[in-house]
Amino acid sequence: MATVTVQRKPLTFAERTYIPQILGGLKITFQRMIKPAETLEYPEQRPEIPKNYRGVPTLVKDPNGREKCVSCQLCEFVCPPKAIRITPGEIPPDAPTGHVEKAPQAFDIDMLRCIYCGLCQEVCPEEAIFLQNQYSMNGLTREEMVNHKDRLYELGGTLPDQHHKWDKKKAAEEHGNAAH
Amino acid sequence: MFDFYSSWPFWLQNVSFGVLKGLAVIAVLFPLSAACSMAERKISAWIQGRPGPNRTIVPWLAWIPIIAPFLQRLGLFQLAADGGKFVFKEDPVPGHVNKPYFIAAPILAMIPALTTVTIVPFGAYVNSLGQLVPLVLANVDIGLLAVFAISSLGVYSVILAGWASNSKYPFLGSVRASAQLISYELSMTLSVLPVFLWVNAPGGHGTLSLFDVVQAQSGRGLFSGLWLGFWMPVSAFIFLVALFAETNRQPFDMAESEADLVGGFHTEYGAFKWSLFFVAEYAHMIVGSGVFTLLFLGGWNPLPWVPLTSVVHALSHWIAWANHPAFMGVLGVLIFLGKVGFFIFLFMWVRWTLPRFRYDQIMKLGWQKLLPLAIGNLIFYALLIAVIDR
Repeated sequence: MATVTVQRKPLTFAERTYIPQILGGLKITFQRMIKPAETLEYPEQRPEIPKNYRGVPTLVKDPNGREKCVSCQLCEFVCPPKAIRITPGEIPPDAPTGHVEKAPQAFDIDMLRCIYCGLCQEVCPEEAIFLQNQYSMNGLTREEMVNHKDRLYELGGTLPDQHHKWDKKKAAEEHGNAAH
Repeated sequence: MFDFYSSWPFWLQNVSFGVLKGLAVIAVLFPLSAACSMAERKISAWIQGRPGPNRTIVPWLAWIPIIAPFLQRLGLFQLAADGGKFVFKEDPVPGHVNKPYFIAAPILAMIPALTTVTIVPFGAYVNSLGQLVPLVLANVDIGLLAVFAISSLGVYSVILAGWASNSKYPFLGSVRASAQLISYELSMTLSVLPVFLWVNAPGGHGTLSLFDVVQAQSGRGLFSGLWLGFWMPVSAFIFLVALFAETNRQPFDMAESEADLVGGFHTEYGAFKWSLFFVAEYAHMIVGSGVFTLLFLGGWNPLPWVPLTSVVHALSHWIAWANHPAFMGVLGVLIFLGKVGFFIFLFMWVRWTLPRFRYDQIMKLGWQKLLPLAIGNLIFYALLIAVIDR
């Protein structure tokens, strides 16, 4: 490897007095001082959330208002800090969504354990769990920091996708390829 | 009321007048020092690109429409909140300290800080006899020497605080502070000698009074109107650098360098005792800036070659009451405070611009650079003044 000798010029007299450098620094700080502040005044001004932000995990419903989660428990298995706890439940066959496999009876995410890694969103085969924009999560007790199923749906809202996977499956079962 | 007052014995009049003037200075200097701490917070915030304290408001003041939100944004009420907090906060005394000295140290810090200001003139007015009278508590002839003597006593409180804390970091901080103070005191004293060589022209009476220094700068001739800062820039520079070191301000704040000494000499202090150190530091800054203004920037004169008396004289052609002594006094004090305010700002501006020197660099700068420069400067001006005055 070639060795390059860097020429280090001796400091000039002006540089050794520090004064030109000090004046330059003072100029920079003064320019900074008359510029407007860079910070947000938080409770009144909220930050702009970038796309694909990973906030608090939430559950979503499809455009028909059906809960998308089928309690397959993949997210529970993949969750590194074991923050998710799902109790699977059956759907009564005579319900409008009776053709769907299952639905969670209880779905708890312990936000004291959650590390916002987004693996649950990545692993979900039903696109039912999403890390959305909520960045501020607080509570006064441990119990308050656990998001239950109703709270998760309240935070998640509706995902406006038009897959309707389970309706298509039901239609195919009933009419075969004629449906298409 | 004045009849009642003049019926008092003469010595009692003198004493009561002195006490009143003293209280007035404390009532001005103490809040001014506190306001400096607020200014420091705001200026540091602006330089760092943030708004700084801007939330505090007194509830019933918030109803005033435009002024109250402006003052709130300026953080003015934070001052009262901080002050109130320091008064009512629990004031713990650690178990391992030497209690009497530990408590005496912050009180000792306040004494020189509030005493030096008595010798600093801050304005002047023309009385009914046509004489120029300085606005000063004690217009003593030893003037600057008294300022130097008393302000140097401030280091005793630092040493006492560091030693009484009985803990290694405060002790190291106080040792550094005292070494630094002694090193820079020399250059500071030497740098003002040319000023007094110039002011004490042969034939006149010798003086160290700060009022006379301002008088020497408030003429209209080529030399008598020139501010000494322009006539002796090296002296002014050395004095300013030494002033930074004397007041323990960045880049010379070795006494409390938080990176290596936790908090320096006041590590073990809290609440009101700590705030006394803080106020004393700012009072030193104010007095130091005032002395610099008087020595090198013409005191209360608005511009070089434009003394305050001629400004007031010119104004009195248009405005009838401009001849009143109070007008000239207030104008002079305002101009003086403006200059002092600029230097307070400079202290803060430099603080948020420069990194702290290393300890050996400070000693090297003080003894090997500033001291020879100050001696050379003294010899140069001594010869020059000898040639001019011959």
